[in-house]
Amino acid sequence: MNFDDTPQEAEFRATARAWIAANAPRQYEDELRKSSLGRTQLKNADILEVAKAWQKKKADAGWACLHWPKEYGGRGSSPIERVIWQQEEGPFGKLSHMFIIGHGMCGPTVMAFAREEHKRTYLPPLASGEKVWCQLFSEPAGGSDVAGLRTRAEKDGDEWVINGQKIWTSGAHYSDYGILLTRTDPTVPKHKGLTMFFLDMKSEGVEVRPIKQASGASDFNEVYFTNVRIPDHQRLGEVGDGWNVSLTTLMNERMSIGAGVSTGFPELFDYCSSLMLEDGPAIEDRAVRSKLANWAVKASGLRYTSMRAISALSKGERPGPENSIGKLVAGSMIQDVATYALDLQGASGVISGPEDAEVAGRFQAMLLRAPGTRVEGGTDEIMRNIIAERVLGLPGDIRVDKDVPFNKIPTKGRN
Amino acid sequence: MNFDFSDDQKQLRDQARKFLTEKCSPKAVRVVLDGKAPYDKELWKGLAEMGFLGVAIPEEFGGAGAGHLELCVIAEEMGRANAPVPFSSTVYLAAEALLIAGSDAQKKKWLPAIASGEAIGTLALFEGKGNPSPKSIKLTAANGALNGVKKPVADGAIADFAVVAARTGSSGRESDISLFLVDLKGGGVEVKSLTNLDPTRGQAEITFKDCKAEPLGAAGEGWSILTQVLDRAAVLCAFEQVGGSDRALEMGRDYALDRIAFGRQIGSFQAVKHMLADMYVSATLARSNSYYGAWALSTNASELPEAAAAARISATQAFQHCAKNNIQVHGGMGFTWEFDCHMYYRRANAMALALGSLSYWEDQLIDRMRKKNAA
Repeated sequence: MNFDDTPQEAEFRATARAWIAANAPRQYEDELRKSSLGRTQLKNADILEVAKAWQKKKADAGWACLHWPKEYGGRGSSPIERVIWQQEEGPFGKLSHMFIIGHGMCGPTVMAFAREEHKRTYLPPLASGEKVWCQLFSEPAGGSDVAGLRTRAEKDGDEWVINGQKIWTSGAHYSDYGILLTRTDPTVPKHKGLTMFFLDMKSEGVEVRPIKQASGASDFNEVYFTNVRIPDHQRLGEVGDGWNVSLTTLMNERMSIGAGVSTGFPELFDYCSSLMLEDGPAIEDRAVRSKLANWAVKASGLRYTSMRAISALSKGERPGPENSIGKLVAGSMIQDVATYALDLQGASGVISGPEDAEVAGRFQAMLLRAPGTRVEGGTDEIMRNIIAERVLGLPGDIRVDKDVPFNKIPTKGRN
Repeated sequence: MNFDFSDDQKQLRDQARKFLTEKCSPKAVRVVLDGKAPYDKELWKGLAEMGFLGVAIPEEFGGAGAGHLELCVIAEEMGRANAPVPFSSTVYLAAEALLIAGSDAQKKKWLPAIASGEAIGTLALFEGKGNPSPKSIKLTAANGALNGVKKPVADGAIADFAVVAARTGSSGRESDISLFLVDLKGGGVEVKSLTNLDPTRGQAEITFKDCKAEPLGAAGEGWSILTQVLDRAAVLCAFEQVGGSDRALEMGRDYALDRIAFGRQIGSFQAVKHMLADMYVSATLARSNSYYGAWALSTNASELPEAAAAARISATQAFQHCAKNNIQVHGGMGFTWEFDCHMYYRRANAMALALGSLSYWEDQLIDRMRKKNAA
């Protein structure tokens, strides 16, 4: 049990710190520090461009995708070095947001299943942020039940022809490539008829339509495929093995544990430290303190849970499904935190004009973005099922569609 | 950075678990629960023989001289087994107070006796309702004699000695409080057993009448020593609570796997699965907070006050949550005397009050976080 850096870790930290001090885009530091869930923006610059420039600079100096092998654009670093880097990168890490899916999920899947020439071609520009990737899994008919997806891939010579629709695709509107889960055989039970590909998002027949969210922003898209052709060499894994390939993707999502999840707690603690209530500072109020303390231990509990996972990872253990708790806890917590921050402001909490933007606006943005956090990447309910079944060993749900050919599964609840 | 116990420490945990599974079955716990014995003397003797009572006591004072991390893994097992012995009073409170503030002679007198199982110790702090505060201490000390009443005192009826918090000044400041060491088998002490929520751990009222006492630590330093003792005990109790949470979760999980209703295992219903998943979440958060507390305790880091409060709150909540929902998973059977669920429910709720209740620790945590932010 030791929280201090080893001499090697300390040396790595010093090198990282010096490089960041000399190279980070300091002009945006203040704005990035104030950014939180639902509101990461720069007033006088396009955040995507700033993010891409920072990623490229990191890649050129060997600081991108630290845990990836060098030949694919990484640094070959240990899990702990990656955490140290994230600690040192601080607010500039928020610029990595647009790369999370590419680096955390698409990259590792390509690394595990693509042919060598593709890995050498596609992975370095993914690491450097020159090319952005998205993940095309969810569909209107397959959200939590992802294996119920209907997008068809049919073989035509050396190519596959894709027809169907994806939804909730984060960043599809600025992505260059995507990994795509399709149905290649509807006559077998649903998990058995899937196949994974990667494709150029500029291919003919791909249409991206942004979704306007409840928050008013558009982070996600619908993606339509009309006779899109993908060469067979861009298949990831065997035909019919797409479900297992997708599990690799999802397992790698869990390996992105170091990234840390946003709970809203630091923002609330700061806010309560400065907010004056009728009887004095909010943080001296009994009821406020009790709320803060309860959230404080959730936030610290999550932080140390991820440290434990990283320690396990550095000893060569595989991160297990127990890491599902991060998103489960943080999702509803940030929603509650935002609600409470507005509550503390009384009736004026409702206002979000420019003069109040610093406080009310920040928590309002959090409030409006939070419902998405509890759904994306596995709903709270799916996370609880994962914990119950894969950690605690409880029986799976009774699945009425498990052994039924996909094309015989009912598609309507009521007529 | 390595945020885990070492292989040796894990081995010690396994050893403690094996020992307690054998010597501290629910049946053994029930002997104390049913009032047939004030505590499990055989188990206490066995714990001494295993070297568990003195694991964090230096060798020169008769202990194993291991350390607090080793004590943490044993504490976890004590909580898991719901052990009906005065472990927390003697080891976390009395021994730690001696280690922090005892003179050489005091340490020589009491620490070897603790390690060998001959002496049971406790901390006499509370005087009726309320949470720890210098103001609440009315018991006086003058000319080496104590006068006043302490209540509740954990394991007070079976303790051989007590660390007693007493008022030695009236300035209204923390420096009014000093600590004393009292041989409870001497004169001037009247002990009354109190019935309480968790009969597997006794509570007592102790009246001191011109009771001879020797100072523990410097005069006026009592509150500062107490704060350190409570912080250490908070981490150690948190490990007991983590052990208890895990056991309650396991009991619920096992029952959900065994029990059939509506033609299927009740653990296949999402309502039950999700309840168990939430128990796992709170137990995991508590464990992680406690690990951080263990690190701070073992290195005497400046982070200890904040880490201890966080571990205390998180572990208290987790144990209460797991013990409560374990009964819910069991349904009606969970509410019977015959099933063991209520033993954990009682222990969880009694432990939640033992070192000062949640609201006290919540207050402490926020104060300590503010102090850190200001620094």
